Amino acid sequence: MPAWLYSFLTEYRIELWTVAVAVVSAAACAILGCFLVLRRMSLMGDAISHSVLAGVAGAYLLTGQLSAGPMLAGAVAVGLLTAALTQTLHRFGRVPEDSSMGVVFTSLFALGVVVVSGVNVHLDTDCVLFGKLEFVAWHTVPAFGTYVPFAVVSLLPAFGLTLAFVLFLWKELKIASFDPLLATAMGVSAGLIHYLLMSMVALVTVASLEAVGAIVVVAMLIVPAAAAHLLTDRLGWMVGLAVVIGVVSAVAGWYLARWLNTSAAGMMAVVAGGQFTAAVFLAPRHGLVSRWVANARLALRIACEDIVGIIYRREERQAAGEDATVRPAASTLADCLAARGDGPIARLAVLLLKRRELLLVAPGGQVALTDRGRRLGRSLVRSHRLWEAYLDQNFDLPADHLHEPAERIEHFIGPELQEQLAEALRSPERDPHGSTIPPSSSEPTAARSG
Amino acid sequence: MALTYNTLIVLAGVSLLGACAGLVGSFAVLRRRALVGDALAHAALPGLCLAFLIVGERNLPAMLAGALATGVLGVAVISGLRHGTRVKEDAAIGIVLSVFYGAGIVLTSWIQNLATHGSKAGLTTYILGQTAGITRQDVWLIGGLSALCVLAIVLMAKEFKVVAFDPGFAGVQGWPAFRLDLLLMCLIALTVVIGLPMVGVVLIAALLIIPAAAARFWTDRLEVLLVLSAAFGLVIGAVGVIPSAYVPTLPGGPPIVLVGAGVFLASVLFAPRRGAIARSIANRRFRRTVAEQTALRVLYESIEPRLPDAPAVSIAEIQNRRAWDERDVSKLFGRLERSGLVAREGAASWSLTAAGLARAAAVTRAYRLWEVFLVEHAETAGNYADLDVESLEIRLPRDLIDSLEAKLKGA
Repeated sequence: MPAWLYSFLTEYRIELWTVAVAVVSAAACAILGCFLVLRRMSLMGDAISHSVLAGVAGAYLLTGQLSAGPMLAGAVAVGLLTAALTQTLHRFGRVPEDSSMGVVFTSLFALGVVVVSGVNVHLDTDCVLFGKLEFVAWHTVPAFGTYVPFAVVSLLPAFGLTLAFVLFLWKELKIASFDPLLATAMGVSAGLIHYLLMSMVALVTVASLEAVGAIVVVAMLIVPAAAAHLLTDRLGWMVGLAVVIGVVSAVAGWYLARWLNTSAAGMMAVVAGGQFTAAVFLAPRHGLVSRWVANARLALRIACEDIVGIIYRREERQAAGEDATVRPAASTLADCLAARGDGPIARLAVLLLKRRELLLVAPGGQVALTDRGRRLGRSLVRSHRLWEAYLDQNFDLPADHLHEPAERIEHFIGPELQEQLAEALRSPERDPHGSTIPPSSSEPTAARSG
Repeated sequence: MALTYNTLIVLAGVSLLGACAGLVGSFAVLRRRALVGDALAHAALPGLCLAFLIVGERNLPAMLAGALATGVLGVAVISGLRHGTRVKEDAAIGIVLSVFYGAGIVLTSWIQNLATHGSKAGLTTYILGQTAGITRQDVWLIGGLSALCVLAIVLMAKEFKVVAFDPGFAGVQGWPAFRLDLLLMCLIALTVVIGLPMVGVVLIAALLIIPAAAARFWTDRLEVLLVLSAAFGLVIGAVGVIPSAYVPTLPGGPPIVLVGAGVFLASVLFAPRRGAIARSIANRRFRRTVAEQTALRVLYESIEPRLPDAPAVSIAEIQNRRAWDERDVSKLFGRLERSGLVAREGAASWSLTAAGLARAAAVTRAYRLWEVFLVEHAETAGNYADLDVESLEIRLPRDLIDSLEAKLKGA
């Protein structure tokens, strides 16, 4: 080992151990959390992380000391007990699932607290409730020929088992997460996978107990996974991203907490929550902002097409020589906007139509379609009237109920569907109201992308 | 423990809280809101701390207001995540619960590390609760809340009932389902927040869930459930407060929850009809009835070709038709013999008595009618089928049975 590395390691020994504990615990939690979130069993993670305390207390009562092996075993036993009791109460006692979970984990947690505060377990209740990441590096035990933090001794096997569990059972976990019935039909026992997952959750939560406590560990389980689920639709990516988010929460949480002189475990949860909030708003496909943008673009496109449709119909009526006094002529922009419903989106649509050279507005407010605008209008009106004809032929709807659905769907009928409709209706001339269905244009829906 | 004035205050406060939580919790359990209450309690922690920071001391009304504010914010975030994003309800509850709690302990330890406040502020007692500090003011507060809950529930019993069991139906019927739901949520939030100082944020939800879930084992009627759940809550509170009075280091919440767990366990085991013991007895009885009916049918089918004679049937013949071993047969037929339906003929044969023949004919007829029904009306049979063959005539209309009988004879 180079001298500089050695001196670095000794000088920052405590800090390195602490950050390592936080990172390993966050990574293990994030990996398992993905499967909890996908299987909609996040709250089972919550329940188990609470009830493992009873396992720790039991292991302490039986062995008289706090060592990693019995503690992990006790936690797994209680974790499985929680899952099994919840299911039994739900299935055979007909207690609603959330209530049965609530009864089981609060009772076991209460039992754990009473035992831990009754006997003098090294793990005090403060540690369970708040996590003491700041102190894990000081609580050392002899291992590997030197002294290492107790948290490392319990976390390393838990992390290793988690990795092995996920790597070896990747395929099985994947199928059991998305379609448990199919998994069972294919010979992968979804029940076995469920109980294995619950054991792993118990193992990891109890190993993380000293560092982050029983409640913040829920944040490390669920929040990175839920954030990753917003960011991607691939399981591999989701697990990877969850680990990254978890590790960022651990490191940033630790340094922020030291800077603000407050609880590191709590700060880890807060940083994870911050990243989740960012994902809720900014995720590329499932984020709120991108959905708002998509909605706004759709609203704009519909407004554009509505205006073009109104003007096209007016021009059609003029060409047919209809008397302008029968129906308002909609010859000015103001008329068009009034017919469609005025508003900021409609105004924006007019600007867009002018820029795309679909619409001409004369200085007096008179509007006319350009050739491209007319083609778009024709295509829209064709979609509209084809749909009316289709509804009329295939559904038993009164004639005055045809317009509204057609008005809504005309924006979503592409050239292909138009042809299919025309074919199904044997290329009709007129719609149910007697209006001519315009022929398809050679270059349809020019502004589809608008 | 002598019954001093202070003890009485504590006892009254916690029992009243238990009763109130039992009452309100019934709706939380029926509406599948049990864990939303848990999330609300955890989300109240940062509000407690913020109120402490603003007011600068442990001022109960201010802290309850703060707790209520962030608790309700947490519930709103859950509902927003559920409706506005792809995050499912379970994850939303878990996220709000843990992140708000995390923020709470960040604030708690920040306050503790601030030199200006000197004292440890005692904020940590809010996490697992402390029953010793209850004052007369608290008892009045809890009493007032309980009175409010009882009043709301009595005044709007019908409305709450329909919202609790079928909110969709309530909406269709023109009830303001959303507002009623909101009112229920408010009652839950108030109960949780007022119970926080005594039971603590981690376990207060148990006080909502346990009495109601236990009472649910004893009754199928909402009115009885409410009364029973409130009574359970009262008892749980009154008994659960005793241990922490003896052991000062023990926090308030855990003993109360453990007493609740005991009440729940007793309900699971001993409740009539729905309890585990009652159900295993009923199961046993049902299996026995089915076995007896099958035995009668086996005998009847063996002698059917030679009717109206009723000759004895050998055990070998019976075993030929059913995979029963010697002991099963002698136990089963021994029971039937005691009811006077069969008689032993020699060492290894059984015959039907006159009463037994009539009974066996009835059982066989009903069984075959069921078979025809299941074959003929397979698509609806699932709604009517009952393993007890004799229920046929109760379940199906007369003319349907006639037509089934005609089919049976034709076959």
